[in-house]
Amino acid sequence: MIGKISALVGVLAVSIVAGVALGPVSVPFDVTLELLWAALTGGTVPADLAGQYHIVWDIRLPRVLLAAVVGAGLSTVGVAIQAMVRNALADPYVLGISSGASVGATAVATLGVLSGLGVYALSAGAFLTGLGATALVYITARSSRGLTPLRLVLTGTALAYGFSAVAMLLVFQAPRGEAARAAMFWLLGSLGGANWQSLPVATAVTAAGVVYLTTRARQLNALAMGDETATTLGIEVNRFRTHLFVVTAAITGVLVAVSGAVGFVGLMLPHLTRMVVGADHRKVLALAPLAGASFLVWVDVAARMLAAPEELPLGVITAALGVPCFIFLMRRRAYVFGGR
Amino acid sequence: MRVELTGVTVQNIVEDISLHASNEVVGIVGPNGSGKSTTLRCVYRALKPHAGIVLLDGESVHKRQKIARDLAALTQESQVEFDFTVAEVVEMGRLPHDRDPEADRRIVADALATVDVSHLAGRGFLSLSGGERQRVLIARAVAQEPRVLVLDEPTNHLDIRHQLDVLALARGLGVTVLTVLHDLNLAASYCDRLYVLEEGRVVAHGTPEEVLVPELIAKVFHVTAHVVRHPTTGVPQLLFDQEVTP
Repeated sequence: MIGKISALVGVLAVSIVAGVALGPVSVPFDVTLELLWAALTGGTVPADLAGQYHIVWDIRLPRVLLAAVVGAGLSTVGVAIQAMVRNALADPYVLGISSGASVGATAVATLGVLSGLGVYALSAGAFLTGLGATALVYITARSSRGLTPLRLVLTGTALAYGFSAVAMLLVFQAPRGEAARAAMFWLLGSLGGANWQSLPVATAVTAAGVVYLTTRARQLNALAMGDETATTLGIEVNRFRTHLFVVTAAITGVLVAVSGAVGFVGLMLPHLTRMVVGADHRKVLALAPLAGASFLVWVDVAARMLAAPEELPLGVITAALGVPCFIFLMRRRAYVFGGR
Repeated sequence: MRVELTGVTVQNIVEDISLHASNEVVGIVGPNGSGKSTTLRCVYRALKPHAGIVLLDGESVHKRQKIARDLAALTQESQVEFDFTVAEVVEMGRLPHDRDPEADRRIVADALATVDVSHLAGRGFLSLSGGERQRVLIARAVAQEPRVLVLDEPTNHLDIRHQLDVLALARGLGVTVLTVLHDLNLAASYCDRLYVLEEGRVVAHGTPEEVLVPELIAKVFHVTAHVVRHPTTGVPQLLFDQEVTP
């Protein structure tokens, strides 16, 4: 286990440096390392490298770090949500947060709501309606028996159709096609807006959430075996599920606000991790954040380079990379989805 | 440790159930739908009764702290979605206890050996047969080191040898065991006392000898039974006529 964690930390470090070096304007690896070293240690940079320094430090590094944070957060939330609703098909958006966020994002893009917030309007709009949607799912799904997994999934799915309908209506009613396109692009996920200011909140919320979930790994194991089993093992199931709901919604909401709704990562990275280390959440939660972080760094590299100077939405690339890789692994290994 | 149910009522399912078990093996028998599992679910807190109370050494199971250290249960639940290994499943029995990796490892190994599933330790739980799963779940309950063991049809899916093994194991633990059983002959062989449920009410209780009489079997199960003595143990055993009584 220690070996696997160290290996993934190494992969992540290499991925981050590569992510900073690669792009429409490539910076050689040794120069990248030199510039990063100079920036971190407060060293000096030769005048002829000033342009590259700007690219490395001001543009690429925050973006690459944000990709790592988003990848780590979505993978971890995916693991927790799949255990929380005991459904192998669940992902961070199953509770309606991305479709809820799409309402806010399209409202900002097409109607100019919240325009007083300037460049943060899209994020703020998405965050507010995303969390609002989740709160609505929570209230609707609650019953006298607490939050049961099936009620959560069904409510989340049903309300998601409603939110999507509102977002689509806004897109089709939009006076300018350009605004609608911007909203759609944002919804498929993009880190194009990343800067040093977008990092602290996303990093803090994700880190706190990952720590919370990792320290509850054994409880998640018990919950994955069934509510009654978890109860007999001493877990207050309703309270634990409510905590999980709040934590996963908070992380997802913040990540959607900074990067849009990047698909696939939160669904597939948990399964890819389980294929390698099995279902024990102590192992899965140790590796999934690292694997997800490296994965999304490379996805973002591809998003920048494949159609340069245009950028591709992250969701297109996560699907294009992930689906074949996932099918390959699934067919190669004896991996069991829910006993079927 | 003493388990005591007083006037437990769950709307439309069980009505005013009172029973107790104290360092003995107590069986609950009755036809399908008579409320056996519902009664047990009130004990292991999957259900909160609408009326009545379940006490563990005089303290309500809903108020007692760290109850999972004292009470383990084998439920009828089967909705596992992720493929834990057998060793991981059994180790979950250690969750209620303070962590002690070394001791936990030993206890898990012992539990696997006790239920004779050590050879399955590395297998995926979902790849097991129904009987193997049942035994692994019993190993988890054993690893929990409870003082009260609640079993909902523990012999489900098991072949005859493992049925006998599991019930002998439950007896051998020396703790309070409250178990639902369908097989009346197994109940007669392994339980100190029996409660008979019909339509959500206790209609008889006592030793197997007192309870398993043809009149009661005819009234509750609607079959004609003959009581014979087991040739070696002497406990009452039932033989059934093929015709069903009205």
